[in-house]
Amino acid sequence: MDLKYPDGAKQFADEVRAFVRAELPATIKEKVIRHAKVSPDEQRLWQRKLCDRGWACPGWPRQFGGPGFDAMQRHVFDNVMSEEGAPPALPFGESMIAPVLFHVGSEEQKAEILPRIRTLEYWFCQGFSEPGSGSDLASLKTRAVLDGDEWVINGQKTWTSFAHFANMMFCLVRTDPAAKLQEGISMLVFPMSLPGITVRPIISIDGGHSVNEVFFDNVRAPAKSLIGEANKGWTYAKLLLGHERTSIARIGQSKRELALLKTLAADQGVGGTSLLDQAGFRARVAAVEIELLSLEITALRTISAGGAPGVEANLLKIKGSEIQQTLTELLIDAAGPYALPYDPLRGLGDNGLGSNMEPIGPDEAAALTPNYLTTRVVTIYGGSNEIQRNIIAKSLGL
Amino acid sequence: MEFSASETQTMLRETAERLVRDRYGFEERKKIIASDDGYSPALWREFASLGLLGVEVPEDFDGSGGGFDDIAVVLEALGQGLVVEPYLSTVVLGAGLVAAAGTPEQKRDVLPRVAGGELQLALAHGEPQSRYALNHVETTARKDGGYYVIDGRKAVVLGADSAGLLIVSARTSGKTQDAAGISLFLVERQAAGVGVRAHPNVDDRRAAEISLEGVRVSQDALLGPLDGALPLIEAAFDRGAAALCCEAVGAMSALNALTLDYLKTRNQFGRPIGKFQVLQHRMADMVMAEQQARSMLYLAIENAGEANAAARRQAISAAKVQINKSALVVGRGAVQLHGGIAMTMEYIAGHYFRRLTAIEKMMGDTDYHLSRFSEG
Repeated sequence: MDLKYPDGAKQFADEVRAFVRAELPATIKEKVIRHAKVSPDEQRLWQRKLCDRGWACPGWPRQFGGPGFDAMQRHVFDNVMSEEGAPPALPFGESMIAPVLFHVGSEEQKAEILPRIRTLEYWFCQGFSEPGSGSDLASLKTRAVLDGDEWVINGQKTWTSFAHFANMMFCLVRTDPAAKLQEGISMLVFPMSLPGITVRPIISIDGGHSVNEVFFDNVRAPAKSLIGEANKGWTYAKLLLGHERTSIARIGQSKRELALLKTLAADQGVGGTSLLDQAGFRARVAAVEIELLSLEITALRTISAGGAPGVEANLLKIKGSEIQQTLTELLIDAAGPYALPYDPLRGLGDNGLGSNMEPIGPDEAAALTPNYLTTRVVTIYGGSNEIQRNIIAKSLGL
Repeated sequence: MEFSASETQTMLRETAERLVRDRYGFEERKKIIASDDGYSPALWREFASLGLLGVEVPEDFDGSGGGFDDIAVVLEALGQGLVVEPYLSTVVLGAGLVAAAGTPEQKRDVLPRVAGGELQLALAHGEPQSRYALNHVETTARKDGGYYVIDGRKAVVLGADSAGLLIVSARTSGKTQDAAGISLFLVERQAAGVGVRAHPNVDDRRAAEISLEGVRVSQDALLGPLDGALPLIEAAFDRGAAALCCEAVGAMSALNALTLDYLKTRNQFGRPIGKFQVLQHRMADMVMAEQQARSMLYLAIENAGEANAAARRQAISAAKVQINKSALVVGRGAVQLHGGIAMTMEYIAGHYFRRLTAIEKMMGDTDYHLSRFSEG
């Protein structure tokens, strides 16, 4: 079932839907719906269309070039875009580093960086996790030492999403090893083209390449790369991760997957009826639909309360990620034996659908298992769900 | 129910475990998967020379004449080692069917070659529209003098790529969903009209789509009774499901050991992550899941060859449901407790997860077996 939106929001939803249907190339939509990878060029093309419409960076206020949506419009916008199969915006620039810059960036940084994030001329990656610092991010060891008017960076980052496409990085570095862990960290922003940076791919269990290791060997970044004040990086990182969690609920995307699930299950014959008509399967689909409905209403309540995201952000992350995983589980269940073929040529290459060969099994089934495998990460990244629950428990005074 | 291992079983287990330990390291496995064959012919010969391919083959046909409980210990070791060689398709499904239903000539032709490692088999039964229903057969075999002419398509046929001989199910009478009217044929992989499009499965084992266009086989190629093969096919799939249970339990025990070790050695916040209670409880759930799976494995082994079909069906379905459930708890739990490292191809945990994901979808998923169990 669909929620009733207020009249204004409903009108706006229609407007966004009409825009996507008119402007989004069918090939890109196809890739998004089939879980194939959208190429950087396609991502830029879509970003250009959003810029032209004035809807790029939907979370940004007007003064920085955003559309200045209110919270309800933002929710509707994200939902409709996902439901219609628009490529999800890359969070690193527009949703992560940009809000930090709004708060603590220098005028020079804002003027240089924000407009280029908006057009995707700057494609950011996030240098946070390290081999020894995952959930315990504050233990990070990558060092930056100020030498004259340059930071000299040495160390290693890992799980760096799209570092192989990115031309900019925001990075947490240790600048005061003597201070308490959280108090000796700074945030830097620099180009990936600096000498001494090496990107090494990590192939994930779906066979795809999204994440990387990034090595720093005496990398020299200008002093002005520092964001805000030195040794305040941890505070900025927390601000940024809070933003990441709000967008991580992926409500619109889950609605799209739910629709796909219903279509796929209705097409599967089981003993003279369809899989969707089987009481057991039907109940599981209904259960996840209700979870998703609850999550959306929770999101709407958060919006209507108007406050800064608090525990609600953790809730949205936990429930949103669990729903995403449940949907991928149901999708491979629906695919049945055709969940088994794993053909790296089918839609899994970094450049999209990749192969002209006829797929093995139904088209929709092609990338469901890789999608299931990779979606295990959503309860791990962005602060694992265990960490999220710790935060909620702490806020309860436990 | 027999919980203790015989001398033969202890010996077989040690042989299989040693082979996996010595010859199936992470790097070796990677090379095998990437090879054109998708398995190691050299290793297959070694399987044969160690007697692992003829465990269940009757002594008259160069095997050891053992039972499913003997083969079960080998399968568990193969599961522990994430072995991709076509053991399930050739030894459990293929040779099992020929031993159960073959004429003396067919047995003499096929079984010694299987035991000797010279011939692989594949059971080509599932079809694009059949899901898990074993009675759904659209492929037809039409009588033409002393021949049968087979037309149709088979889907996700395990081990078909390397098999020399396919066991193809086809409808010789009746309608698509009828229980009666299904027959089995031995079809040379190289026969005219047989098209094989191979692909890896998510667990890196090979399978294939098979097209059959006017494939002519002699009437001697009929395996088992004309029009009456469904009970044979059901028995073969139940043996296959039991075999998957063995592999799954092997994989689960190896993966739990790996995860436990990680919890004890990975440090965050100044201590091993295994010191955090939330992770302890999840690990405890994973160990319980493995134990419950192992218990049901005994039921599966005991019933894999049960002659009473109704009793066999219930027992195998009960075991597969529990093992599927446990496979998800252990597989997904291992990835979550490891974190990012289990999401990469460079570390073995993710490969166990992939194998467990595949097993859960093979030979009937949880919904299928729940429904079959409840039908009694």
